[in-house]
Amino acid sequence: MSNVEQEDVETFRQRARSFIRNNLQPISSDALVFPLRNVRNDDEELTAVAREREVQRMLFDAGLAGICFPRKYGGQELTPAHQRALNEEFDGYEYPSRLQAPTLSPCAAVLLDFGSEEQKLRHIPAILNGEEIWMQFLSEPSGGSDVAGAQMSAIRDGDEWVLNGSKIWTTGAWWSDWGLCLTRTNWDVPKHRGLSVFILPIHQPGLEVHRIEMLNGSKEFCQEFLTDVRVPDSDRIGGVDDGWTVGTRWMFHERMLTNSPLVTMPTGAGRTSVGATFVHAVAQEAGRASEPHIRDYIGETLMLDIVERELQRRIGDGLATGTMADQAAAVGRLFSGVAATRIRTIAFEIAGGAGAAWTDDDGELAFSGSDFLMRQVSCIGGGTTEMARNVISERVLGMPRERTLDKDIPYRDVPRSASSRT
Amino acid sequence: MLLALTDDQELFRETTSKLLGEFVPAEVLRSLQDDAIGFEAEYWRRGADLGWTSLLVGEEHGGGSLSGQGLVDLTLVAHEFGRHAAPGPLAVTNVVAATLSEAGGSQSNGVIGDLLTGRSIATWCFSEPRPHDRLDNGCLDIRVNGDEVVLNGVKRPVESGHGASHLLVSGRTGAGYSQVLVPAGASGMTLATMQSVDLTRRFSVVTFDDVRLPSSTVIGEIGCAGEQVTRQLRRVIAILCAESVGTMQAAFDMTVEWAFDRYSFGRPLASYQELKHRFADMKTWLEASHAVSDAATLAVALGEPDADELLSSAKAFIGDFGSELIQDCVQIHGGIGVTFDHDLHLFLRRHTLNRGLYGTPEEHRQRLADLVTMTESAT
Ligand SMILES: Cc1cc2nc3c(=O)[nH]c(=O)nc-3n(C[C@H](O)[C@H](O)[C@H](O)COP(=O)(O)OP(=O)(O)OC[C@H]3O[C@@H](n4cnc5c(N)ncnc54)[C@H](O)[C@@H]3O)c2cc1C
Repeated sequence: MSNVEQEDVETFRQRARSFIRNNLQPISSDALVFPLRNVRNDDEELTAVAREREVQRMLFDAGLAGICFPRKYGGQELTPAHQRALNEEFDGYEYPSRLQAPTLSPCAAVLLDFGSEEQKLRHIPAILNGEEIWMQFLSEPSGGSDVAGAQMSAIRDGDEWVLNGSKIWTTGAWWSDWGLCLTRTNWDVPKHRGLSVFILPIHQPGLEVHRIEMLNGSKEFCQEFLTDVRVPDSDRIGGVDDGWTVGTRWMFHERMLTNSPLVTMPTGAGRTSVGATFVHAVAQEAGRASEPHIRDYIGETLMLDIVERELQRRIGDGLATGTMADQAAAVGRLFSGVAATRIRTIAFEIAGGAGAAWTDDDGELAFSGSDFLMRQVSCIGGGTTEMARNVISERVLGMPRERTLDKDIPYRDVPRSASSRT
Repeated sequence: MLLALTDDQELFRETTSKLLGEFVPAEVLRSLQDDAIGFEAEYWRRGADLGWTSLLVGEEHGGGSLSGQGLVDLTLVAHEFGRHAAPGPLAVTNVVAATLSEAGGSQSNGVIGDLLTGRSIATWCFSEPRPHDRLDNGCLDIRVNGDEVVLNGVKRPVESGHGASHLLVSGRTGAGYSQVLVPAGASGMTLATMQSVDLTRRFSVVTFDDVRLPSSTVIGEIGCAGEQVTRQLRRVIAILCAESVGTMQAAFDMTVEWAFDRYSFGRPLASYQELKHRFADMKTWLEASHAVSDAATLAVALGEPDADELLSSAKAFIGDFGSELIQDCVQIHGGIGVTFDHDLHLFLRRHTLNRGLYGTPEEHRQRLADLVTMTESAT
């Protein structure tokens, strides 16, 4: 750590508050609760992305970006407590939501853990000032839960690697800049031992980005097709065939998301929460905010938000002090996924018939039906809640691992789908 | 329970745990089922020696905390009480002792000493029969008559009413709250025994029929005890929550162990994914309960403005999800889980009791909704 004296949390908070109030637009909380609503056409989406890059740049210039990143990479080198204060101050204001996950974590987090000095100096400042938006190229059409079963192939050719295959379910890849990509570099060893990680620009010859329509009409989901994409060896992260060492931390950062000190995520500070404010607004729109059973839902929402906040804090402290193992991050991931589905159900319930059929005059209620249809997103994206349950039971509680058929055989010989079996 | 304890706190927690293990193991709890008081005097005195009743009492009255936050220290005891389903009026005695210590005066001073040594216990008369059984609609009448106060009304359930040397009674004087410290045996006061889900905690219906006492028995200002009552309520809920988390921890630990030991179809229960996933859910609820309980306790101890929303979140969450957790532990035990001889029900009982006292999950969700409405209409 440098010898610059550290700004105390309260001074920092005041500085953040006055910057946010003087420079940023107030927004309604539902934009935060439901980031995947289908409400913008492509032009509007690109405008929103450009504004977020601009806001990120403003934050960077104001010394409010990269709170827990080292100074030498453009960060502030402050503490998770400072980040929490910032999260509280952002409540009710626009913030660069598209630049948080997966750009700052897991992607930048993995760069910090495994990147060379040169890689870090090249990319982290560019991430913090809004120039680079990153995607994680992890899931493949053949499967996302079995991360180590990646089939994207990378073959060495002198100082370069040649990548072929497909990644899928990236959100917003069409307007993003860089990908952190898990590949298979060796098919003759068991699956965990033949992986390598690379970084690559998304917009380049040989890399096609296709848009996928989600069930609510949003086209932010993408699939990438890589055909003979050349990546210099200097853009490899971690050792050759040692990609699972990187992958393990990568998964950790992904599960930590709602708790990561690297990421900005507005939270209510005392007496409010993003979820409860939203549910209360739905209830008011429905004219039912004073009905006792609707109030029960409002109270439940505040409870879930507060309990989640305290749980994440406990896990954060536990990980920081070493009283909890890294795998405990899955506890927070499971809670946040399930709580989010509950809040969507509550909003749908409160909306009544307007959740099923609505007009443009129904305001907030008009979204509740399609939000409900998209409910499970919070339990799938970022690794499913089933995988979190596996991790908790097997790694935190030490229960016997599920039997797998891919352990000690070359990945080449592992059955990869019912149809591919011989 | 807190993730990180100081050495003093850890030692205190451990000696408490040892004492409970020695004095009130499960077979003793079962044998106390029909005991009128629910615990032995010697047990309580030994606990008081350790400091069970002194943490919320000021040093000028002979009390004192370990960490500077007596309530935080006390929740360590409460957690151990939960883990052992231990007997004794831990929450109410401490809450009354705290109020007496804060109020001071000769009346208080005389009583506090015996509470600290464990020679006597005190209780708090707060809840009332339906329809006055909500957290804020009690109506017991406390009237001033010359240099006397006169009490009329009914309180239930009152914990350890039999056996308490003093009962701190909350009531109304006009629109305001008053509190009176009523000695056991006061004329016009009658106690009727209640049944409860817990094996060792005892409850009574206490009826006040023109109970007349000198005004020196008033604790604090007549008609102005609202803040006192609120403080008591916050403390009692914090203590109950910590105790309930202790019961969840005990049930969970037992059931994890069982899942490793018990085989079916040639393999341990812990190897079935369906059960593993339920354990993962339970672990998540358990950690969440620890987290919100500790945060609420600290907020109450420090007088933070968000203490009430944390407390109601804790009471509602721990109530609901704690029941789910412990009932699922029963389920995973199979038939033996619903037997008297198995220990699991001791924790189920204590948790169920606490869930129902000082506001059910439903009532606390209503309180949370009040807070949301207040905030939203203020902005
Ligand atoms: C909004 C959103 C954003 C996303 N963003 C990205 C991204 O940026 N980058 C990226 O790479 N991916 C991303 N994903 C993909 C996501 O990580 C995967 O969808 C997820 O990991 C599941 O993989 P899958 O879809 O292939 O399902 P599968 O792995 O095929 O799983 C199907 C079902 O089986 C269950 N299952 C699988 N294995 C087991 C097991 N061993 N035990 C119990 N149950 C099991 C799963 O939980 C799931 O319910 C995103 C997904 C969503 C919804």
